[in-house]
Amino acid sequence: MISEDQTIVQIRKKIARNELRDYLFSIIGLLATLIGFVLLFTLIIDLLIDGFPRLGWQFFTSYPSRFPEKAGILSAWVGTTLVMVVTAATAVPLGIATGIYLEEYARKNWLTHLIEINMNNLAGVPSIIYGLLALGLFVYFFKFGESILTGGLTLGLLILPMVVIATRESIRAIPNSIREASYALGATKWQTIKDHILPYSFGGVLTGIIIGLSRAIGETAPIITVGALTFIAFLPSSPVTAEFPFLSFKWLFDPFTVMPIQMFNWVSRPQKGFHLNAAAAGIILLIMTLLMNGFAIYLRHRFRKRIKW
Amino acid sequence: MVRGGIETMIPEQLKAEVKGLNFYYESHQALKNICLPIADRRITALIGPSGCGKTTYLRCFNRMHDLYPNNRYEGEIILFPDGLNIVDPKVDPIEVRMRISMVFQKPNPFPKTLFENVAYGLRVRGEKKKSLIEEKVVRALKQAALWEEVKDRIHDLAFNLSGGQQQRLCIARALATEPEILLFDEPTSALDPTATSKIEELIIQLKKEVTIIIVTHNMQQAARVSDYTAFMYLGEIIEFDKTDKVFTNPSKKLTEDYITGRFG
Repeated sequence: MISEDQTIVQIRKKIARNELRDYLFSIIGLLATLIGFVLLFTLIIDLLIDGFPRLGWQFFTSYPSRFPEKAGILSAWVGTTLVMVVTAATAVPLGIATGIYLEEYARKNWLTHLIEINMNNLAGVPSIIYGLLALGLFVYFFKFGESILTGGLTLGLLILPMVVIATRESIRAIPNSIREASYALGATKWQTIKDHILPYSFGGVLTGIIIGLSRAIGETAPIITVGALTFIAFLPSSPVTAEFPFLSFKWLFDPFTVMPIQMFNWVSRPQKGFHLNAAAAGIILLIMTLLMNGFAIYLRHRFRKRIKW
Repeated sequence: MVRGGIETMIPEQLKAEVKGLNFYYESHQALKNICLPIADRRITALIGPSGCGKTTYLRCFNRMHDLYPNNRYEGEIILFPDGLNIVDPKVDPIEVRMRISMVFQKPNPFPKTLFENVAYGLRVRGEKKKSLIEEKVVRALKQAALWEEVKDRIHDLAFNLSGGQQQRLCIARALATEPEILLFDEPTSALDPTATSKIEELIIQLKKEVTIIIVTHNMQQAARVSDYTAFMYLGEIIEFDKTDKVFTNPSKKLTEDYITGRFG
């Protein structure tokens, strides 16, 4: 009996030692989480303290200026919006079509395998590389100039792999039994894609697009590379005109600036006032990104609700 | 008349006749020289142990294997009355699937409304007339013995139905296009006993209107519902006869061993 008691004591000791490790790791994990969280939080608070007083109607409706208190982000937010329109208009159709083709049409062979590996790598290529590519292709070869079109296409290329990957992943989440059900009723491939694959993967695709766009909105390096201006005191020509056909695409070829470049420009100046402007612009950029991400989460939730597999 | 060692003459009008069918997944031969008559408006059951090729065989009838690469058919499945060879590569699989419907192992409704599920086959065929679609959807739901349970919520999502109801919805979906043959691939394997017996009753009802081929793992089910039974083993048909004969007095030792539960 005595020896049995001893074994139980030994076992308890062992358990206590194991549980101590459990406890230690939970503390390390908590600390790691806190470091990231607290740092990020401090950063945002700091930005808010510096920039919040500058936020006002005047800030949104003024061009950049030599005087920090008169300067605003009008040309920057208009530029960012228009560039995002071009980016979405290129990356979305191309990305979805590529994703559908790779998942539903392409045969699985070494070539599609190679494309797949490349696609995943492209998503991780530094953005400045895209800027260099775009400078050669869009600015010098196609002669689009240092324009909104060039900027939008560049960022479109940058997020294209993200859209493709999101499309493929949400298509892959559709069980094969659904495809077979459609084909068994006599549907063609296109009917199956149009009636089932696209609608059921829509939530995931949309999420991918928005996350891509919210990355693009903060990109600076490729936009500087293709020659966005840092100081611009006029707006691109209006997309809507008074005369027929009421739409104009001249703005595509106008020079532009975007939010992060405006910020960068202000940060690099010596005066304190410009630094506050940069913080205020940072808040706006942050809000734009958060809104987009929030919208993505909402859409994903909404579209997943209907679908259970 | 003897082909491949199997007696294939039956005193019935035939809906289809399988002659010397071979099927290959890449270089692996999954079906070996299959010959089988399919009687018109009768139920033919395919039984056999897992991996014997019964599902593979069933999926030849609507060319499901064409969806995946490197599959190959040899031989003939002749569809009557017009004598179309279903597995001829020149025959468009879409045409085959428009004439022969399938109900799968697990209920696989689309994440759409009940109505849209049943109407989908009609929409694929380009049917636009609302009144006609509605009429056919209701008829199919009645045929599938689901109408009474769901008539107040045919615009609800199909996922809100129970498993058995979902499977009957899939049967309605397959029936809406008035197929000539209805294929069932273990239609009750994911269902509870009550839902199973409902589906079995339904299958027996349906043979008045449509030729049925059913793959089943459940021998009692084959005995209960079918008129003819084929016992498959390792990609071959070992025995084919009237269901009573197969289950009471099988002519092959292997069949007897299987139905008495000695293997499988």
